Amino acid sequence: MSGFLVNASLIALLALIAILALRLHRLFAVVMLSGAFSLVAAAQFVVLDAVDVAFTEAAVGAGISTVLALATLSLVPAEEKPHSISLVPAFLATLTGLLLAVAVTDLPNFGDPKAPIHNHVAPEYIIGSEQAIGVPNIVTSVLASYRSFDTFGETLVVFTAAIAVLLIIGGYTRAPRRAKGKRKGSQDAG
Amino acid sequence: MQDDVVIRVVAKVMIPAVMLFALYVQFHGDYGPGGGFQAGVIFASAFVLNAVVFGLNKGRHVWPAHYNLMGICGGVLIYGFTGVAGMAFGENFLSFNVLADDPIAGQHLGILLVEFGVGLTVAAVMVMLFFTFAGRLSHNRLLSKSDAHERRLAPKSSPSKEVTK
Amino acid sequence: MSAWMDPILGQWNYYLVIALMMIGFYAVIARGNMVKKIVGLNIFQTSVFMLYISMGKVANGTAPILTGEPSTVYSNPLPHVLILTAIVVGVSTTAVGYALIIRIQESFGSIEDDDIIAMLDDEEAPAS
Repeated sequence: MSGFLVNASLIALLALIAILALRLHRLFAVVMLSGAFSLVAAAQFVVLDAVDVAFTEAAVGAGISTVLALATLSLVPAEEKPHSISLVPAFLATLTGLLLAVAVTDLPNFGDPKAPIHNHVAPEYIIGSEQAIGVPNIVTSVLASYRSFDTFGETLVVFTAAIAVLLIIGGYTRAPRRAKGKRKGSQDAG
Repeated sequence: MQDDVVIRVVAKVMIPAVMLFALYVQFHGDYGPGGGFQAGVIFASAFVLNAVVFGLNKGRHVWPAHYNLMGICGGVLIYGFTGVAGMAFGENFLSFNVLADDPIAGQHLGILLVEFGVGLTVAAVMVMLFFTFAGRLSHNRLLSKSDAHERRLAPKSSPSKEVTK
Repeated sequence: MSAWMDPILGQWNYYLVIALMMIGFYAVIARGNMVKKIVGLNIFQTSVFMLYISMGKVANGTAPILTGEPSTVYSNPLPHVLILTAIVVGVSTTAVGYALIIRIQESFGSIEDDDIIAMLDDEEAPAS
């Protein structure tokens, strides 16, 4: 029961932060709230026993991600155009949520030790990590040894994303032709 | 921010501690929470803090731009060659059992190398991302300055009218 | 306890996470500002991570780090591994998104999508 309370209050806090981030128009506040969201999510991951994930989320989501967003905000307008609540997206989101909720009823219960996910490969990883790999942190042994192909792929995705960012904004870019034409045209007229 | 004594002193105390913590997370990842991904991000955040507090130029001074590409590619290559080493000893790609005399020692060595490759790539990518984003501001300022310069030099007639028409 | 209450009591965590996910989804499709879209995407992404991690939780389990005692129950490490790498990949792809936003701002002078669509329409109108 206490697990329920801690979990539910953390998720309620997350929902509060998310709604605030949705409603505010000052993007600096929105970005800081998104960092706070990641930090609370990290706490939630600790409650769910995922210490490695919590560590990553705290370092990446609350740290680097916020810094990158702030660096972006120094280059773009920091204020959002005011919007009213739009009904069609709200309806779509509710509908999708209801569909997902119906789909979730097929999942095994939360924390059920007899769920299929806990009985297929996970026991082998837990036993093998001690006997065949000799690494106490099971997450590390699965990440780097059992599923190292997977991690290689993920590292390559990070690599590719870095190259993409360098290609998009890394080099020298000329001023856009359209904006230049307009500016010069207005100057000639004036 | 460079004028604030408190921030400068705190940053100078914090940066080595952050880097040491990153190394601890990197090499203690076998025994506790942590590993290459987290360590890379923490290591990068030390350089980001340095650049935020002391300015982008000083930040570039301790981490020059060519380190980025070397780190990004080097990490992926270390990972890949650890896999190829397994093949060289007659096993499959990325099988670590044969890297040392004893399978468990081989696994330890393989995991250490692979995590180091991941950490190197992630650290270099994160520093590179921050420097690229932060450098864009000065790039744009420079661009508008050279644009104004060009406009002053150019004769008022020909190319601009072609563009507008 | 009546029968229809069972799934709700057994799966409350999933329902809460889905509610959170839909807040992010609404932000992505309803808001025109691109930075806000990315923040909404991050909220959505973190909710998906939470759904995965919830599935890996075993009741009365502990974090998957070997304690040396044979009676310990560990939570499932597999979702943790998948999500750990997904978080770092997520921040890299988010950075690509921010880079595209910066380029859009440099070319169009705006990051509101209705402004940009209006600008493109203006440009096409005289030609057609």
